[in-house]
Amino acid sequence: MSGILNSSIGRKFAMALSALFLMVFLVMHVSINFTSVFSEELFNDLSHFMGTNPLVQGLMQPILIVGVIFHFVMGFVLEAKNKASRGVKYASNSAKDNSTWMSRNMLLTGIVVLAFLFLHMYDFWVHEMTVKYIEGDMSGLKDPNIAESGFRYYEELRAKFVDPWRVVFYSVCFVLLALHLLHGFNSSFQSIGANNKYVKGLKGFSKVYSIGIPALFIFIAVYHHFTH
Amino acid sequence: MMNLTLKIWRQKDANDKGQIVDYPISNISPDMSFLEMLDVLNQELIEKGEQPVAFDHDCREGICGTCSLYINGRAHGPQTKITACQLHMRSFKDGDTIYIEPWRAKAFPVIKDLIVDRTAFDRIQQAGGFISVNTSGNTQDANAIPIEKENADKAFDAATCIGCGACVATCKNSSAMLFVSAKVSQFALLPQGQVEATDRVLNMVKQMDEEGFGNCTNTGACEVECPKGISLENIARMNREHIKATLV
Repeated sequence: MSGILNSSIGRKFAMALSALFLMVFLVMHVSINFTSVFSEELFNDLSHFMGTNPLVQGLMQPILIVGVIFHFVMGFVLEAKNKASRGVKYASNSAKDNSTWMSRNMLLTGIVVLAFLFLHMYDFWVHEMTVKYIEGDMSGLKDPNIAESGFRYYEELRAKFVDPWRVVFYSVCFVLLALHLLHGFNSSFQSIGANNKYVKGLKGFSKVYSIGIPALFIFIAVYHHFTH
Repeated sequence: MMNLTLKIWRQKDANDKGQIVDYPISNISPDMSFLEMLDVLNQELIEKGEQPVAFDHDCREGICGTCSLYINGRAHGPQTKITACQLHMRSFKDGDTIYIEPWRAKAFPVIKDLIVDRTAFDRIQQAGGFISVNTSGNTQDANAIPIEKENADKAFDAATCIGCGACVATCKNSSAMLFVSAKVSQFALLPQGQVEATDRVLNMVKQMDEEGFGNCTNTGACEVECPKGISLENIARMNREHIKATLV
């Protein structure tokens, strides 16, 4: 793998693979979150399974963390290399005539998504890690001493979306994620060499995916804010 | 007839810092080509005892890829699928201000005014943009080898790349991948190119990276500004060829 990273195409290939992995993860994440809209019990059961299953916690979660870190670090590395390749800037440049805003501002949208990730990790992940691995409570129950108290995940989720400013910030970040995906989805397929007559249909699907997934995340946050 | 203000990049030599200089110009016919308009300006400068503006040009019919002007923020000017020499003054209107700059890329250093050094492209081509053919007298006629129509057409389209460098100039990353992918594709699609396919893509991409061109981020600007309409599909093909050559 290190040999691949020595070439510009190899770096883009690795970047695209990490992007494809993260896009699959987003589908899984939004699917589980969406169950909270129609079934408290199902959401609690799925959350408890994901939070306590040894395979998910011991293998998939570390792979995901490595994937996220790799994607962001490689993004900054590629941007630095690309900036160095230009040198003197044009006095007049009409980039809007030949490329989309999304394609030219992947770093900006990526940084916003990164900022969102920090808040998101603080909101949910740090709390989960503290309860499970520092306090040693793997029960997932509201009161670990009373089995009938029920799982805590659904109520914790809804409590986070009481604050309207958090909902607004989440929504803005998901709009930026949509803009990131609108270029990133097709770009990742192009980088792995998938741009020919066999994948023409992907362009339409990419728009559905790039707008649909963030829209669902926004819907979930807004739904819990107004129904709390 | 039009009166225009030209804002042209002037740079004495590779070591000079360079700057934009304003030149008012009058009585320009809309039927003139853009390069003829520059010829008129240079004639005026020479008559005034000033240095004419240095710019690259040769065939003046969109074939050689020599002209390399960044006009009003676009490679080869405001029209698509033409070179700067095919651009006419009817694309502008009386009173316009026109910026004229050289290609900007670390791998294309300015030699003088609007002329840049594009020998990086030559070195990439020399690294693998060829096929080795026995020319001892027993050479097989290329047309004797049947080739699927679709592949023949795509190979021909890729081979229409004139190596002007507009793709590099317009790319925000100064990436040369459209050029290199066209040169890789024109052989990768044909049976004659298969023998050296692995070495070709590895060596050409290696040379491209060594020259200091940036990474492709798939903005698609190169495809829009390419005077020959070289498709981004060629970059995807080069990516496939390179990944296959690296991993298999």
